[in-house]
Amino acid sequence: MNVSESIRIALRSLYANKLRAMLTMLGIIIGVMAVIAMLSIGRGAQAAITAQIQSIGTNLLFVRPGSVRQEGVRTAGSATTLTLEDGDALRGVVNVVGIAPQIDGGVQIANLGNNSNARLLGVTPEFLDVMNYSLANGDFISASAITARSAVVVLGAGIAQTLFDTGDPVGQTVRMNNQTFRVIGVMEAKGGSGFLNVDNQVYVPFTTAASRLTGGDRFRGQNTASVINVKITDPNLQESVVQDISDILRDRHHVLFDDDFTIQSQQDILNTANQITGVLTIFLGGIAAISLVVGGIGIMNIMLVSVTERTREIGIRKAIGARKKDILTQFLTEAIILSASGGIIGILFGALIARLISGFSFGGSTLNTVVDLDSVILAVVFSVGVGLFFGIYPANRAAGLHPIDALRYE
Amino acid sequence: MFRASAGKARNSLPPDDNMAAVIDIRNVTKIYKMGELDVPALNGVTVTIHAGEMVAIIGPSGSGKSTLMNVIGCLDSPTSGDYFLDGIQVSTMTDDQLAAIRNKKIGFVFQTFNLLSRTTALDNVELPMVYAGAKDGRERALGALQSVGLGDRTHHRPNELSGGQQQRVAIARALVNSPSIILADEPTGNLDSKSGAEIMGIFKRLNQEQGLTVVLVTHDLTVAGLAQRTIHIRDGVIVNA
Repeated sequence: MNVSESIRIALRSLYANKLRAMLTMLGIIIGVMAVIAMLSIGRGAQAAITAQIQSIGTNLLFVRPGSVRQEGVRTAGSATTLTLEDGDALRGVVNVVGIAPQIDGGVQIANLGNNSNARLLGVTPEFLDVMNYSLANGDFISASAITARSAVVVLGAGIAQTLFDTGDPVGQTVRMNNQTFRVIGVMEAKGGSGFLNVDNQVYVPFTTAASRLTGGDRFRGQNTASVINVKITDPNLQESVVQDISDILRDRHHVLFDDDFTIQSQQDILNTANQITGVLTIFLGGIAAISLVVGGIGIMNIMLVSVTERTREIGIRKAIGARKKDILTQFLTEAIILSASGGIIGILFGALIARLISGFSFGGSTLNTVVDLDSVILAVVFSVGVGLFFGIYPANRAAGLHPIDALRYE
Repeated sequence: MFRASAGKARNSLPPDDNMAAVIDIRNVTKIYKMGELDVPALNGVTVTIHAGEMVAIIGPSGSGKSTLMNVIGCLDSPTSGDYFLDGIQVSTMTDDQLAAIRNKKIGFVFQTFNLLSRTTALDNVELPMVYAGAKDGRERALGALQSVGLGDRTHHRPNELSGGQQQRVAIARALVNSPSIILADEPTGNLDSKSGAEIMGIFKRLNQEQGLTVVLVTHDLTVAGLAQRTIHIRDGVIVNA
């Protein structure tokens, strides 16, 4: 008996029990649909996050203060040892094109009745160029504002909208920590959500932030920076630049054993984000795969019922010359047709769901779901595998029936 | 052992006379195990059936008649003894080898027809050819259906046919692979007397015109009367032949 004959027989017997075949398939359809949809959503999220991180540029290094050792106690991230002078010292490093020291903090910002919590960044004029940001309106922080510790602020697009709605904030005043600041500019909207939402930031001169808003840790008579953003010419040169920066800082800080700073690259962040979303995708897909296994048990169940129901048919087939292998093939083919066609329909439905979800906006970032060939192949292989695995026991049972007993079965 | 030898002694055809013997069963026993208990169904049966014979096996229920039929039909292997079908030793064959023998050498006709429901007459008749892997199965199935007078019912399903017609489909299925023997188990048991007579007429015709070996298993003496020879079985032994 050849393959096409087995398929013909299997199709005919499935067709004879259309409703049952459909319901059995439904288990696999839902399982595969869930796997496809989850994987595509996961991949989409990964792509969105990657795109956001890359929009800032992959040629950035972030020098942060590391841990400090005081009387034998090591406190991570608590060092306040990076100064503006450290930043200036890094300007001479080969392949460095820009240095932007930054103070991080949080403020409550208010305009008349509207107020909001914002992330405060004390920055220098170079920040705009180094971080690849652009202004929508007005001016950015100038060098003279740094020297004068001016009470000026540049608003992120989100904050500007919260405080001024559609009005033009430039030239208006806002209050931060009960001090009046003049708005000199508004940033262009960048989108993003959570820790990536840069529209919820406000920018003041570095010196202003240190002296008037954040309390201003000082080290050797200098204001300290939370981060020194370093823009380099080419991400591929990152290693040598990191080495050079480390050498300079070790020298300046008289480091003997443990560095009191860490250097993180945009690439590192990208890798970490990819790792996290990758794990998330596998996790989602794994949960969906459980429903596929449940669908497989459904197939086994129905195949067992089918074998019992068709005992007489098996007896007839054996009496007129069907070998064990023929019966085994017949029932296995049936199980595989059920699971494979369920898998194909599931892929179509999963792709449809992915399509429907695609374009939805989550916290400012658009999710573009991707159904890639990998997940389709995975779904097909997995669903056929499920059919094979759960079909083999019932098929074996059918093949092992003794022709006399099977013929006598009522 | 006594019964076994008795069975042999009562057989009119000696076991070594296997000239043109299609079925040559020698001293066959079949013992079923029911838990601890051994239940003998055949106690040393020796039967020889020649090519072109039409033979009836009769006996009361529980006589071992069904067991003998199962052994002849290669549905079951004997516990001991030899069975040569067309000169081939089949009593020691594996399940798959027996399946091949059933496919090529034996055509079954059952009391309850045993056709596949939801399957057309033509597909039913073609089925043995499918398992034989034959390429001309379709044409031969058509020919077989025509030979039993059902050339115009090829695409009817069993539930659209009368009992007599269903049994004729079953006969066509038995004939399609040109078997060495036709083995019919109470072929008229589920039919009215008119259809029954028609079916027996077909067997008779096949036997006389085509020289087909027909073995009828029955307890109906009218049916048995149409055979050239009658084999009586009782308590697992042949009581005459």
